Amino acid sequence: MLHIINKSPYDRPAFDSALKTGEGAILLIEDGVYAAARGGATEAKISAAQGKFKFYALTQDLEARGIADRVIDGVTTVDYGGFVDLVAEYKTCQSWL
Amino acid sequence: MKFSILVNEGPYTHQASDTAYQFTKAVLAKGHEVFRVFFYHDGVNNATRLTTPPQDDRNIVNRWSKLAEEHNLDMVVCVAAAQRRGIVDEGEMKRNGKDATNLAAGFRISGLGQLVEAGIQSDRLVVFGD
Repeated sequence: MLHIINKSPYDRPAFDSALKTGEGAILLIEDGVYAAARGGATEAKISAAQGKFKFYALTQDLEARGIADRVIDGVTTVDYGGFVDLVAEYKTCQSWL
Repeated sequence: MKFSILVNEGPYTHQASDTAYQFTKAVLAKGHEVFRVFFYHDGVNNATRLTTPPQDDRNIVNRWSKLAEEHNLDMVVCVAAAQRRGIVDEGEMKRNGKDATNLAAGFRISGLGQLVEAGIQSDRLVVFGD
């Protein structure tokens, strides 16, 4: 499953909740992209979940927040076209609102 | 592949309406089909033609209308959510005794069955909201 997360991990538990599902892909959009910033509390969680989850973050939202140049290793950046490709690739998607 | 999009957040609120619009555009650019865009809850506020954002700001409502015109999109507004928030077309004006309409071009008012149908008929239903 593709988990789409649009909330900051420092605001809502959506990112942690998605991780608890065990495996799949996590796409960070809107304020969700803060989870992809190097040096934050989520860096260790993303490192630990490599192999179970694939992590993606929306380039435009990273750039809008000034963190496009400090994305954690292990997070792949995608544009809106890549967003569409991910939705098509995974049979189901869940927006954690 | 057939996509449907559900928009649960109004314009100029957080970012969901913008993301949904950019995503819909990207779906079309990739050559996929958009079966329907459904506006629910505060998302129905995307369908009022009376918004007047500042000239240097994006016009979210007009942008949806233009995209619908260019790609013949089916953009459906939930009737119960629309009634609560004062989104009115000709039929609703007469039915509820109102003195005006404000539904923007490219949108139509209908029921939740349209969302259920979108879920059944589409390969993917992607939700945008707050």
